[in-house]
Amino acid sequence: MTSSKRFTRRRFLATTAAASAVTLVPPYISGAHAAGKLSVGFWDHWVPGANDTLTKICNEWAAKEKVEIKIDYITSQGSKLQLTGVAEAQAKSGHDILQFPSWDAPNQAKNLVPLDDIMNAAIKKNGNAVDVVEYLGKVDGHWIAVPGTNGSQLKGPCGRIDLLKKYAGLDVVKMYPGAGGKPDKALQDQWTWDAFLSAAEKCHKGGNPFGLGFGQTTDSVDWVGALFHAFGAQLVDAKGNITVKSDAVKQVLEYAQKLVKVVPPDVFAWDDASNNKYLISGQGSLIMNPPSAWAVAKRDNIKVAEQCWTFPSPKGPKGRYAPGLPFFWGIWNWSKNIPAAKSLLAHLSERSSIERLVAASGGYDIPGFSGLRDFKTWAEEGPPKGTVYNYPPRADQIVSISGSPAPVRIANQIYTQATMTKMIAKCTQSGESIDKAIGWAASELEGFMRT
Amino acid sequence: MADAVSRAGPSPAGRRMTMKKFVRRRSTIAFFMALPLILLIALLVVYPALFSMYLATLNKSMEHFVGFGNFEFLFKRDTFWMVVKQSCIFAISAVFFKALIGFFLAHFVHTIPAKGQRKWRGMLLVPWVIPPAMSTLGWFWLFDPSYSAFNWLFVRIGIDPVNWLGDPLWARISVILVNVWYGAPFFLIMYLAALKSVPEQLFEAASIDGANWWQKIWYITLPMMRNIISITVLFSLIVTFANFDIVRILTSGGPVDQTHVFATWAFNLGIQGNDIPLGASVSLFMLPILGISAIFILRGVTKRGNEA
Repeated sequence: MTSSKRFTRRRFLATTAAASAVTLVPPYISGAHAAGKLSVGFWDHWVPGANDTLTKICNEWAAKEKVEIKIDYITSQGSKLQLTGVAEAQAKSGHDILQFPSWDAPNQAKNLVPLDDIMNAAIKKNGNAVDVVEYLGKVDGHWIAVPGTNGSQLKGPCGRIDLLKKYAGLDVVKMYPGAGGKPDKALQDQWTWDAFLSAAEKCHKGGNPFGLGFGQTTDSVDWVGALFHAFGAQLVDAKGNITVKSDAVKQVLEYAQKLVKVVPPDVFAWDDASNNKYLISGQGSLIMNPPSAWAVAKRDNIKVAEQCWTFPSPKGPKGRYAPGLPFFWGIWNWSKNIPAAKSLLAHLSERSSIERLVAASGGYDIPGFSGLRDFKTWAEEGPPKGTVYNYPPRADQIVSISGSPAPVRIANQIYTQATMTKMIAKCTQSGESIDKAIGWAASELEGFMRT
Repeated sequence: MADAVSRAGPSPAGRRMTMKKFVRRRSTIAFFMALPLILLIALLVVYPALFSMYLATLNKSMEHFVGFGNFEFLFKRDTFWMVVKQSCIFAISAVFFKALIGFFLAHFVHTIPAKGQRKWRGMLLVPWVIPPAMSTLGWFWLFDPSYSAFNWLFVRIGIDPVNWLGDPLWARISVILVNVWYGAPFFLIMYLAALKSVPEQLFEAASIDGANWWQKIWYITLPMMRNIISITVLFSLIVTFANFDIVRILTSGGPVDQTHVFATWAFNLGIQGNDIPLGASVSLFMLPILGISAIFILRGVTKRGNEA
C-alpha cells in the first residue's frame, strides 16, 4: 500500500519533465504578428501620395491577417528596381514579394512561386488579363506573377485639342468623348496611321510638330512597337523564327521615313523626358505617353494642360494596337512566408484595392484586368474633365509590347536593344536603304537567339 | 652532441625567440597593419572580379558551363567590334587630351606666384571633385536635344544649332569632351606635384647654357616627369576604359549604339537584357589587354627607377 504511493525515481523524472514542458512551452496566443513577417519591395511611384495609399492598403491587410509587414519603395531611376531584382535572384535572399518591371517577371520565372490560384480567382472577379499581361505573366502555362497595378501604363497619344483642331481639323474630343459622351464611330474608323501621318504633316507645317521620340529608351521603343504591330511587322514570330525580311516590315519602314521628316530633327537623341518637355513647353501638338506629361503640365503650365486629351492609338492594317508596359508582383520561391505573401497579393488584386490605387495615381495606373475600366477617376480627372477617360484600353484596342509575339527571351533583347527604332534611324538619319536596315536587323536577331 | 641537438630541432625557448623575432620584423608588422585593407580589397575587388569571370563562362540562363563560348559568340557580332572601336577611340582620345591639357595647366599654375596659386589650384580642381553623375547632368542640359543652352547661344550669334547628342559624330565628341573636362584636373595635380619636384638648379643651368623654353621642356621637364606621366596615363586609361556614368547619362549609348563603351553595353546586355553572362564577358574583354599594357608600362617605370 505504502509502496504504490511511493515517489519513485522514475516518477520523479516523469513529473519533472512534464512540469518543465508546461513551464517552457508557452501557450499559443494569437498576437499582433502571429502570422509572421513579410518584406515587400514596391516600385516607388512618381505620383505624390500614391505610395501612401499602397502602404495603407497593405497595413490594413497586415492588421487583419496579423502579419508584420515591412515595405521598401524602390525607384526605377537608374534601373535600381531592375538591379534589385537581379541582385536578389543572385543572392537568393531579400524581399518576399518584389515588384518586377515588364520583362523581369518572365525572366525570373524559375525563381518565382506559381500564382495560378490567385490569378484564376482574380480573373473570375475582374475579367480576363489583357493580352500583354498574359504574354509576360504566364510562363509554360502557369502564372508566375500577378499584374502590379502601380506603375502599369499605356503610351497612347496625348494630343492638344486646340492645335489638332486648328492645323489638322481633327476633333479628338468628338472622336473619343469623355464619360457619358457619344463616341463618333465614323471618326474613330478614320483614325488610322495614315490619318496620323497626315495630321503630323499639317501640325509640322503649322509650327507645332508631333513630339515622337525615335531614341533607344522605353517611350520611343514602346510606341514604335505598337506602330510595327499595327502594320503586322514582326521581327520574330511566336515560334522564334526570324521574320524581319517581310513586306510588312518594309511598309512600316517606308511609313517611318515619311513620319521622320515631320518631327523635330533631334528625336533620335530623345530620352523618356524629352517628349514630356516638348508637350509641356507648348511646342508639341501630340506625344505618345501616359498622362504623366499632362499631370506635370497641370502643375507647371495649366494652359497647356487644359488643352490635353488622351485617346487611343491609330488603327493599322492589322488592328489598333496600344503600347502597354505592365509591372508585376511576384513571390520569390525562397520566401519564408509564402502563404502570407499570397494572401497579400490576392488582397491587392481585389477590385476595391485596385480602384484605390488607380485613384491615388490620378488615373495613371492601368489595371491588368480587362473588366476594370469603369473607375470614376478616369471620368472625373481634369482639366479638362474627362481628359484621361479614354486612357484605359477599351473596345477594339489590343494592348501589346514591343518585340512580342517573339518568345520572351528574344523579345526582351529586341526591346532593350531598341532594334526597331535603330532600324528606323538607319534608314532615315544614317541614310541607309531599307533593305540594308533590314539586313542589319536580321543579323542582330540571329544574335538574340542564344539560349 | 651538436648533431643530436640539430636533429631534435630548436629548443622551446629557441622557438619562442624565433617567433618573437618574426613578429617584431618590420615586414611582419607592415603586413598585419595592411591586413584589414588587404581583406577589404579581397572582399570588394578580388571576389567580384573572380565571380564575374565565373559568370562569363555560363550560358544565358546560367545553368551550363560554356567555357569561352560567350567570347566566341561576341567575336562574331558586328556590334561588339563597333563597341571595341568606340571604347578605344573614347579612351585613347580622352586620355590624350586630358594629359595634354593637364600638362599645360600644370605649367600655367606652376608659374603663378605661391600666394595666388592655391586659389587657381582650387578652382581648376572643381570639375574633379563634383560627383560625375551630377556634373554630367549639367552637361546634359547644355547639350539637351531640344533646349540646349549652347544652341540657344549659337542661334543668337548666327550659328546653326548643333545636334549634340542626336548626331553620331557630335555625340562621340560630346562624351569625350565631358570626360576630358572631368579628368584633366587629375592630370593637372599629378603633373604639378611632379613639376615641383624638378630641381630648380637644372633650369638655372639650362638658362646659363642658353636653352630656350621648348628645350627646357624637352630636355629637362619631360624626362624628369616620364615616370609620373606613364603611371598617370596608365591609371587614367584603365579608368576611362571602364567609364560608365558619362555615356550612360548623356547618350545611353545612342544614337544607334554609336557611343556605347564596354561598361554601358555590358549593362545594356547584362542587366537590361537579362543576359548576365554575356554582359560579364563584355566587361572582361579589356582585362588581358589592359593587364599586359600595365606590365609593360610599370616595367619601364621600374627600369628607369633602377637606372636613377
